[in-house]
Amino acid sequence: MSSASSSLYTPHRRSRRWLGPIFGVACFLATLTGVVVLSVVLGAVIAAALRRPGAEPWYAIGSHARDLFDLLVALAKKPQSSDPLLAGFRAGVVGSMWMLVLVAVFAIPFGVGAAVFLEEYVPPGPWRRIIQTNIANLAGVPSIVYGILGLALFVRAFGFKNLAMGRTLLAGSLTLSLLVLPVIVIATQEALRTVPNSLRQAALALGATRWQMVRDHVLPAALPGILTGTILSLSRAIGETAPLLMVGAAGAIGVLPKSPFDRYTVLPVEIYNYAKNPKVQFQTVTAGGILILLLLLLTMNATAIIIRNRYGRPGRG
Amino acid sequence: MSATTLTPEADDKLWSGNSKLRAWREGGVTLFLLLCAAVTILTTAGIVIVLSVETVEFFRKSGVSVLEFLTGTVLKPELSPPRYGILPLVWGTFVVAAGSTIIALPVGLLSAIYLSEYAPRALRLVLKPTLELLAGIPTIVYGYLALLVVTPVLKRVLEPVGLRVETFNALAACVVVGIMIIPMVSSLSEDVLSAVPRGLREAGYGLGATKFEVSTRIVLPAGLSGVVASFILALSRAIGETMAVVLAAGMRPQISLNPLTSIETMTAYIVAVTNGEASYGSPKYLSLFAVGMVLFLITLTLNIVSGFVLRRYREVYQ
Repeated sequence: MSSASSSLYTPHRRSRRWLGPIFGVACFLATLTGVVVLSVVLGAVIAAALRRPGAEPWYAIGSHARDLFDLLVALAKKPQSSDPLLAGFRAGVVGSMWMLVLVAVFAIPFGVGAAVFLEEYVPPGPWRRIIQTNIANLAGVPSIVYGILGLALFVRAFGFKNLAMGRTLLAGSLTLSLLVLPVIVIATQEALRTVPNSLRQAALALGATRWQMVRDHVLPAALPGILTGTILSLSRAIGETAPLLMVGAAGAIGVLPKSPFDRYTVLPVEIYNYAKNPKVQFQTVTAGGILILLLLLLTMNATAIIIRNRYGRPGRG
Repeated sequence: MSATTLTPEADDKLWSGNSKLRAWREGGVTLFLLLCAAVTILTTAGIVIVLSVETVEFFRKSGVSVLEFLTGTVLKPELSPPRYGILPLVWGTFVVAAGSTIIALPVGLLSAIYLSEYAPRALRLVLKPTLELLAGIPTIVYGYLALLVVTPVLKRVLEPVGLRVETFNALAACVVVGIMIIPMVSSLSEDVLSAVPRGLREAGYGLGATKFEVSTRIVLPAGLSGVVASFILALSRAIGETMAVVLAAGMRPQISLNPLTSIETMTAYIVAVTNGEASYGSPKYLSLFAVGMVLFLITLTLNIVSGFVLRRYREVYQ
C-alpha cells in the first residue's frame, strides 16, 4: 500500500512545482486573446480606413484621431457610388436607424410581454416547460434560417400577392424582430427572477391585481436588467447581415426610405457589398463603414453593460 | 362583498365603478401577454412549415430524389439535367465547424478556467465585460478581418514554403469563426465553473492539492456537463455562421481535403442563391429551402443535445 502510493506520487513531485505556474500562464494568455483580437480588429480596420498614398504605418494612428473622425462623418454622409472616392454609407446609416426604431417597436413589447407571461402568469408545469424549451431552441436557430422564414412569410406571403410586403423595411424589421425576440425574452426572464418574491406578495396583500403588481412593482424593479438585455439584442439586430440579404435589403438604392413600406438597405449589407468589390480602393471605404458600425455597436453594448453593472444583479459583481 | 366599507354609497364610488374596468383590464392584459408568448410558438411553427412546404415543393419540381439530394457529391444546378447533391456543402460546413472548434475550444476553456479560478477580482471585473463586447462584434466584421488580415498573413507565411493559398480559403474561415466563438465558449463555461461550490475546492486544498490540481481535477470534472454543453452550442453556432464564411471561404462547392482552397458552406449557398439571378419558384431557388431544412435540423439537434447534456449530467449540490 505505502509503496504503491509512493510510486504514484514521487514522479509527480517535481512536475507539480512547474506544471501549475505554466498552466496558469497558459490560461492567462488564452484570456488575453480576447483583448488582443479586439485591438487587432480595431487597429487593422483603422489602418485600412486611413490608408492613403504615402500614409504613415498603423502605429501612428493615435495622432490621426481627428482625421479619422472627419473621415467617418464624411463617409456617413456620402451616397452609394461605384467610384471609391465618392462612395459612402448614407443609405445604410439611414436604413439602420429605421431598422433600430422599428425592431424596438415590434420586438420589445412582445419580448417583455412573453417573459412577463411566463414568469408571472403561467404556473410551473408542462405548458411553461414547453414554451421555455421552445424559446431556448429558437435562440439557437441560425440567423439565416430566420431570413428564410422572413422571405417566405413576409416578403412573399407564400405567393399571396395582396399580403406580400415585398422587399420593404417592414418585412425586414419584422424578420429581425422575430430573430431577437427569444433573446429579449430570456434576458427579461432573468431580470424578473432577480425581483424578490416579498415585493410581489406585499403588492398582492394590499389588494393590487396581478397586472398592477407587475406594472407598478415588478417591472420597475427589473428595469435595469430588461434594459440591458434589450439594448444588447437591438445591437445584435443592427449588426445582422445574413437574414437581411435574404429578405432583400437592396444592394443599390436610389432614394432614401421615407416610410416602412419603402425599399431600403442597411449598414452591414452596404459594407458587404463594398467588401465584395474587387477594386482595391474600396478597402478604405469598407473599413470606414465597419468603423461606423463598430462605433455604434460598441457604444450600445458598453451602455448596456454599464447599466447592468451599476444597477443590476444583486449578489454578483 | 367587502365588509370594511362604511356606507353603501362610498363603497360604490370607490370600488364598483372600478371593479368592472379592472376586470376588463386584467383580462385584456392577460390576453395580450398570452399572445406575446404565442408569437414565440408561432415562430417555431412558421419556420417548420415554411421549410417543409418549400422543401417538398423543391423535390416535386426538380425531380431529384431525397436520397440523391442527401448523398450526391456534385452540386451543379446549372447543368442539364441539374445536379443537386448536398454533400459538398455539408463537407464545407463540417470543415469550418471542425476547424473553428479546434481553435476555440482550448482557448475558450483555458480562459474560462483563468476567469473562474485564477483571475484576481479586479481583473475579472475588467475582463468579463471585454469578452461581452467581443461577443457583440458583428460577423461581417470578422469576415472582413479574414480578407484584410488573416488571408494575407497566411499567404505570407505559407507561400514561401511552396503552398498555394487562394484568396478565398477554408483555413481563414476556420480562424475567424474560431476567434468569433471563443467568447461564447469561455463565458458559458465560466458560468458553470464559477457555480461549482467553494467547499469542493477547499477540500482539495485541505488535502494538499495545488491550484492546478484543484482546477483540472476537481472543478473541471464537477462542471464538465456545462463545459460540454457550451462546446456543443459553439459547434452549432459555427455551423450556422454565415457572413464570416461567405467573405472568407468563398463559394465553390467541392469536397477537398486541402484547407487552402475555396469551399462553400450550406449558409453560403443559401446566400448565393438569393443573391443570384434564379427566379422565385424555380428549382434552383427552391433548393435553398431544402438546404435550409438540413441546416435547421442539424443545429436544432445540436441545441437539443446540448440542453440534454446540461440537464442530464449536471452535478447537483445542495
